[in-house]
Amino acid sequence: MELDPLLLSRMQFAFVVSFHAIFPVFTIGLASYIALLHGLYFKTNNPAWDRLALFWTKVFAVVFGMGVVSGIVMSFQFGTNWSNFSQAASNFLGPILSYEVVTAFFLEAAFLGVLLFGRGKVPQGVHLFAAVMVAIGTFISSFWILSANSWMHTPAGVELIDNRFHVTSWMEAIFNPSFPYRFAHMAMASFLTGGFVVAGVSAWFLLRGRDPEANRRALSMCLWLLLFLAPAQAVVGDFHGLNTLEYQPTKVAAMEGNWETSTNVPLLLFAIPDQEAQTNHFEIGIPNLASIILTHSPSGEVPGLSEAALEEQPPVLIVFWAFRVMVGIGLLMMAISLVGLLMRRNGKVYQHPGYLKALVAMIPMPFVAVLAGWIVTESGRAPWLVYGMMTHAEGITPSLTGPMALFTLVGYVLVYAVVFYAGIYYLSRVVRNGMLPEEERETTGENFKRPMRPFSAAHTPFDDDVDPVRS
Amino acid sequence: MEMFDLTLIWAGIIGFGIMMYVLMDGFDLGLGILYPFAPDEDARDVMMNSVAPVWDGNETWLVLGGAGLLGAFPLVYSVFLPALYIGVFLMLAGLIFRGIAFELRFKSKRNRRWWNRAFCWGSAIAAFAQGAVVGAYIQGFRVESYAFAGGAFDWLTPFTIVTGFGLMAGYALLGATWLIMKSEGYIQEWAYKITPLLLALVLGVFAVISLWTPFVNPLVWERWFGHLQIIWIFPALALLCAFTVYRSVKRRGEGVPFIATVGIYVFTYLGLIVSKWPIIVPPDFTLWDAASAPESQLFLLIGVLFVIPIILTYTAWTYWVFRGKVRVGEGYH
Ligand code: HDD
Ligand code: HEM
Ligand code: HEM
Repeated sequence: MELDPLLLSRMQFAFVVSFHAIFPVFTIGLASYIALLHGLYFKTNNPAWDRLALFWTKVFAVVFGMGVVSGIVMSFQFGTNWSNFSQAASNFLGPILSYEVVTAFFLEAAFLGVLLFGRGKVPQGVHLFAAVMVAIGTFISSFWILSANSWMHTPAGVELIDNRFHVTSWMEAIFNPSFPYRFAHMAMASFLTGGFVVAGVSAWFLLRGRDPEANRRALSMCLWLLLFLAPAQAVVGDFHGLNTLEYQPTKVAAMEGNWETSTNVPLLLFAIPDQEAQTNHFEIGIPNLASIILTHSPSGEVPGLSEAALEEQPPVLIVFWAFRVMVGIGLLMMAISLVGLLMRRNGKVYQHPGYLKALVAMIPMPFVAVLAGWIVTESGRAPWLVYGMMTHAEGITPSLTGPMALFTLVGYVLVYAVVFYAGIYYLSRVVRNGMLPEEERETTGENFKRPMRPFSAAHTPFDDDVDPVRS
Repeated sequence: MEMFDLTLIWAGIIGFGIMMYVLMDGFDLGLGILYPFAPDEDARDVMMNSVAPVWDGNETWLVLGGAGLLGAFPLVYSVFLPALYIGVFLMLAGLIFRGIAFELRFKSKRNRRWWNRAFCWGSAIAAFAQGAVVGAYIQGFRVESYAFAGGAFDWLTPFTIVTGFGLMAGYALLGATWLIMKSEGYIQEWAYKITPLLLALVLGVFAVISLWTPFVNPLVWERWFGHLQIIWIFPALALLCAFTVYRSVKRRGEGVPFIATVGIYVFTYLGLIVSKWPIIVPPDFTLWDAASAPESQLFLLIGVLFVIPIILTYTAWTYWVFRGKVRVGEGYH
């Protein structure tokens, strides 16, 4: 079989960016949470906030480190595998990504050190300031990168001359039509991710009776946040979808599994789209609902996939199901936070083992939803790299051969497998040692060698033959 | 736009960024390369601690280099990266393992050996790949219709292998002289001992590359042995710096060896630039061919001119905070 560099490069890009994305999506939410904890401690002087801040900073240090390492890979991906695309889009993407480096990455790097190691070295106010700056840095970072990504979905403010985009309006290009929705949806996704992880870990600590005072506060805070955020995310998602309907109707058709443009379209709960036959099997749907959601009228017209030629259709099965996974998890999130509200009466939320276990089980869910969301967005725009203007095939590096692409794809998978394993293993040790009184914590007895590095902000030994903390 | 040449300004900024990266990541990669030769585990702790607070910021310059090239000289970005495809992957893999080793070595007892190896190999591979990039740049690239048109291993020739090892030796020298500055006792003694050896190695490679380059690239020959005699000042100054390193090591200077090594780098780098100027994607494309649209260069310049001084202030501040010797059994708290 001939190795196709295009397919392999797409797989590689999807793999490395997905791997990268799971870390920032968590750190963006967590950074704000840590800043909030510092603020609360600063204001109330209640040591419970300080204990929480200390613990979550350790987790933050590890996740942030992983985000940085995988991010460095990303900044070279455009050039190695998509050189025609980088060449063509450089006039816009180059400045945008550079602005991300100089406004966000250096800022984060600057204040991260103070946040991680400044305790007791700088005044409390400066420490709080550092925490706030790191949080702001993560948002600036997602601002630029999502602007770049949104521009590829809904290009604006540019003209194409001789295979090269020239920016005619920076405002229009940066604030392109899908950017506000994507930025809002992604920012809220980050908060939901942070919220569910913190809630889940607090629940885990409560199940073990560890530092109940601090963990009850944390859980309560998260549940209030999630109660409002989960439905709000659905609303923003709906607006996002309407925007997509306007600019990328084929993608919406794929999300709905709708083949023919028609009115009174049902919302499909289950179906197996069959691209070859251009139809669905085993459809189960709610009549008229898709029309109502997308056009606010039961007889509204919803575009169908057949509007686009077969080669210009995205992979429907993937888009259709990824969308359902994301929305399904969104609904689950709403349900869980609603149950939490009901159980607040007589404080049952903090004790009910079933509910606490459910919260622990939710920890991976936001990550799955985020990845599913990205798969919807990105697969749904196929075959376009810059929507309506440049295809994947036009953007690829001409000199790239199948074996080269295969080599690096396998290479990244192997390298990331090791890194991921080490990171997760270490993270789980940080959590297992978390919120314990000082004398019960494992230490290496080598703390004096602790260098000033993100991961090293946490004292937990990476591997140790003794394991006194049983879960 | 005609009042000043944006492309020249950008050449200055990118040149500065790359120099910053090479010097700053150079000494910490260099310590990684020297790792297996260190006298003992305590010395390794000191070596790692001496760069731990700063290596992260150092690497951000690499990211700036990548994004900045895409913004200001996209042709460089979109020719170099495909041409060096495999090499770039190796470099990134090296940097990943090295970064992770920084984080996890101190946490490990059982696996410490493995993190030592990851640190050393990661550093060595990254350094070699970067050296090969320099060699490939001297060699030139096959470009057709603004895209690289050569093969996967064009970048790996005897010449680039020599430049790859050359940069490894150079980084090791930077690392050794850095260690002289940051350590004391038997560790510093060891660093004093290896510095002249590394210096000799660097000068040897330097000579080989200088003799070889004109054969690899005739334009360079023309440049050096044509009429532009003033440029000989750069190799002369580089040699002077090399001599200073040697002399200050003999006299047990503490800071001078490192500073003089930085001098070797700066003058060699300038020498390399004048050999090629104004060609940036050899053999055919000049800075101006490779530039992005003026409105893009201007848009980015406004922000960068404003932010870079702030970044430099912060960087200087970190180095100030962590000045002084690193002692055995003592880290930063
Ligand atoms: C915690 C994560 C999360 C949750 C709970 C949801 N989403 Fe989402 N969704 C994302 C995380 C996400 C994302 C990762 O942020 C995406 C991928 C790309 C993007 O811009 O946002 C996304 C994309 C995305 C798109 C594709 C937009 C496009 O074409 O680019 C739509 C239509 C929705 N979402 C709609 C929803 C709805 C109706 C939800 C309500 C239940 C919902 N999302 C919950
Ligand atoms: C962060 C989360 C992201 C995820 C999980 C993600 C996922 C994906 C996936 C699955 C594809 C493959 C689509 C297909 O095969 O049709 C893809 C394509 C692509 N995405 Fe994204 N993406 C993300 C963010 C971004 C961002 C921020 C950018 C740009 C700034 C970007 C640029 C691209 C490009 C250039 C492609 C084309 C290459 C390809 O098809 O693989 N993506 N992405
Ligand atoms: C293709 C797209 C992307 C590229 C090229 C990229 C590039 C990078 C790089 C180079 C770093 C390391 C910075 C450092 O050295 O400190 C990084 C980290 C980061 N990235 Fe990305 N990135 C991409 C996608 C994303 C997305 C989709 C998001 C979120 C919306 C994001 C948010 C962040 C954040 C917040 C950090 C800081 C580290 C962390 O929080 O883990 N990036 N990225």
